[in-house]
Amino acid sequence: MAEKQYDWSAIAKNPKFVELHRRKRAFLFGWWIFSCVYYFLLPIGAAYTPGIFKIKMIGVLNFGYVFALSQFVVSWGIALYYAHIANKDFDRLTRELIDELHL
Amino acid sequence: MTMKKIIIAATLALSVAAVAFAEQPTKATGAPGAVSDATTTATPSVPAMAALTAQTPAPVAAAAPVKKRELKANKVITIGMFGVIIAITMGVVVWAARQTKTAADFYAAGGGITGTQNGWAIAGDYMSAASFLGISGLISLYGYDGFMYSVGWLVAYITVLLIVAEPCRNAGKYTLGDILSFRTSPKPVRAIAAISTVAVSTFYLTAQMVGAGKLMALLIGIPYKTSIIGVGILMVFYVVFGGMVATTWVQIIKAGMLMSGAFLLSVLVMAKAGFNPISFFSEIVNSPDIQDHVSKLVLKDGVILSGINAGQRFLEPGLYLKNPLDQISLGMALVLGTAGMPHILMRFFTVPTAQAARKSVIVAMFLIGGFYVLTTLLGFGAAINLTPQGIISVDSGGNMATLMLAQQLGADIAPIFGDLFLAFLCAVAFATILAVVSGLVLAASAAIAHDIYVNVIKDGHADQHEQVMAARITSFVVGAFGIVIGIAAEKQNVAHLVALAFAVAASGNLPVVVFSLFWRKFNTAGVISGILVGTIAAIGLVMVSPNMTYPKLVAAGAKKIVIAMEKKQASLPAGAVLEEKDLKALEKGRIDATQDGTSMMGLEKPLFMLKNPGIISIPLGFLAAILGCLLFPSKRSEEMFDEVYVRQNTGLGMAKAVKH
Repeated sequence: MAEKQYDWSAIAKNPKFVELHRRKRAFLFGWWIFSCVYYFLLPIGAAYTPGIFKIKMIGVLNFGYVFALSQFVVSWGIALYYAHIANKDFDRLTRELIDELHL
Repeated sequence: MTMKKIIIAATLALSVAAVAFAEQPTKATGAPGAVSDATTTATPSVPAMAALTAQTPAPVAAAAPVKKRELKANKVITIGMFGVIIAITMGVVVWAARQTKTAADFYAAGGGITGTQNGWAIAGDYMSAASFLGISGLISLYGYDGFMYSVGWLVAYITVLLIVAEPCRNAGKYTLGDILSFRTSPKPVRAIAAISTVAVSTFYLTAQMVGAGKLMALLIGIPYKTSIIGVGILMVFYVVFGGMVATTWVQIIKAGMLMSGAFLLSVLVMAKAGFNPISFFSEIVNSPDIQDHVSKLVLKDGVILSGINAGQRFLEPGLYLKNPLDQISLGMALVLGTAGMPHILMRFFTVPTAQAARKSVIVAMFLIGGFYVLTTLLGFGAAINLTPQGIISVDSGGNMATLMLAQQLGADIAPIFGDLFLAFLCAVAFATILAVVSGLVLAASAAIAHDIYVNVIKDGHADQHEQVMAARITSFVVGAFGIVIGIAAEKQNVAHLVALAFAVAASGNLPVVVFSLFWRKFNTAGVISGILVGTIAAIGLVMVSPNMTYPKLVAAGAKKIVIAMEKKQASLPAGAVLEEKDLKALEKGRIDATQDGTSMMGLEKPLFMLKNPGIISIPLGFLAAILGCLLFPSKRSEEMFDEVYVRQNTGLGMAKAVKH
C-alpha cells in the first residue's frame, strides 16, 4: 500500500516529540517498576515474614489477606491513573505534534 | 452496545433452552450410565494449573469416614446447553466468514474491534478452565495460598498495559514477527519468531486440550478421545472459517458467560452469609470441618494446631505454596510472560487505535481482577458449604469445587435449579476451553502462514486471496495437529506446560519485544540470540526439573508407602484386612516400587530444583539479547530506530492509521 513518506529523524528531533517521549518513558517505567516491587513483596513477605501476615486487622482478616486484596486495588489504580494521564497529556501532546507537522 | 445485546441474548437463549430441556430429565436420570459419575479417586489434574506450583497436593488421608459426595451433571440439560453454545457460536462463524475477505480481516478482524469488545475478548482469551475451576479449588482446600496465587495473573496486565499494548498496536500488524522484523533482517527474524510462537502456543494448547478431554469425561461422561475430537473440530471450524472475527466473538461470549456465572454464584454464597463479609470469614475460622482439615494439613509438617487456631491458619500463607523461590520464579514468568504471549499480543492488532488498545487492557484488567475477587468468595464459600473433605472426596485437586458449589446452592433453592446451575457452569467450562484453544490456534497459524509462508517463502509477494487461503489451510493443519497431540498426551503429565508456556514467553519473547521497541542499538543478532537462549533455557531447565518423572524417585516414594501400609496391616487385629483404599495404595505401591531407570533426559534425580525456570531463564534471555546485539552491531537497525520510536509513540504511518 502506498504509504506517506515521513522524515522520521526530523520528527524524532522535534521538541514536542522529545518532550512526549521523555514524559512517557519516566511515567511508564517508573510505574511499571513500582507495580513489580509491590507485587513481589507479596510472595516474598508471605515466605519470609509470615508473622506480619498473621496480624489480624479486620475481625479475623489478617494483614496478609488485606495486602493480597490491596494488590487488586493498586493494579486497578495504576491502570486508571495511567489512562487518566495518557488521555490528558500523552494524547494531547501527540495531537499537537501531528498538527504541528501538518500530517 | 451490540456486544452487550449479544451477551444478553446468549444468556437468555441459554436459560430458555435449559428450561425447555428441563422437562425431560426424569427419563434421562433413570437410565443407569446415562449420567456420569465423577467420583474418581485418581488425580485427574484437570485444569492443568491447579497442580502447577509447589508439590502436588497429596491426597489428605481422611481418617474420619467422610460422607462421600458426588457430582452428577444432568446429561440432558448439560448437553442441551452445549448445543445452544455450539449453535450460537456457529451463527457467529457464518456471520464472520462473510466479512473475512483479506488477510487483515482474517488475522486482525480488519482492525474493527472496539476497545471494550477487545477487553472482553482478552479476558475471554486469558481466563482458562484452570483459572475458573483450578484457583477456586485451591482456595477451597488451601485457603490463603490459593488467593495469593491468583494475584500474579492480574498484575501481569500492568506490564501489558504500560509496556507493550500501545507500542505493539502502533508498530505491529498481525504477528510477533511483524514487530520484531521492523528494523532487522526480516527473514531470519520472522522465522525464529514464528518458531517461538508455535512453541509457546503448542505448550499451552496441549495443556488445554488434555484438560478439555479430562474435564468433559469427568463432567458428562463423554469419552476422552471423543471430547478432544469434538473440541478440536469446533476450534478448527471457528478459526478456519471465521478467523479473528469469530475467535473474538467466541471469546466475548465466553467471558460474558463466565462473569455472569461467577457473579450469580457469588451472590448465592454471600446471601448464605447474610451479605456480611466479616461473618463470612468468621464462619471459615469457626468451621469444625475446616479446622479439622487444616490440622491434618499442618500435621504433615509436624505442627500441631486445633480448634480456632487451625481455622485461623486457613487464612494464613504457607499451606500450599511451600517453596518461595518457586513462587517468585512463577511470578516473574507471569508478570513478564503475559506480555510476550503471542495470542495476547495478537489481540492488540484487532483494534483501530492505541487509545482503543489502552482501553481494552483496562477493561480486561477489571474483568480479570473482578473475576479473581469473586473466585475467592467461591473458593471460601465452597470450603464452608461443602467442607474441604467433601471436595477432596470428589477430586483430590479440588478442581470440582465450584461446580459442586453451584449444584448445592442451586439445589437449596429448588432441585431443578441445582441441575440447571451446574449445567450452566459446565457449559461455561466448555465455552472457556473453546475460546482459549481458538485463540491459540489462530496465533500459531498466523505465525506459520503470515511469517513463514508469505514473508519468508514468498518474499511478501502474495495477493490477498492467496494469503487468506494460506491462513485457512494452516489453521486447519495446526488444529488437526492439536487434536493429535491432545490424544497422544492423554496419559502425560501436562500440568507444567502452562507454566512453561509463560516462562518461554517471558524469557524468549518479552526481552526482544521490549528492546525492539525501546533500545536504539537493538538488531537482528540480538533478536535471534535472545529468543534462542531464552527459549532453550526455559525448556531445558524444565526438562531437568522436578516436573519430569524420575522412576527411581517414584520407586523410593512407593517403597515408603508399602512399608507404611504393611506396618498398618501388622498393627491390625488378626484376621482384619486393610480398608479398600489402603489395599489399593499398597498394591499400587508394590508395582511402583519396582520402577527403575531414568527420566527422559537420562537423569536419576532433577538437576534443577525449581518447577518454574523463570528466575534463571528470564535473566539469561535478557542477557543473551543484549550480548548478541552488542557483539554484532548493525548501523541500519540503529538508523531505523527513529522511525520505530516515532511510530510506536504516535501511531504515524500505521497500516490503518486514523485519517489526519
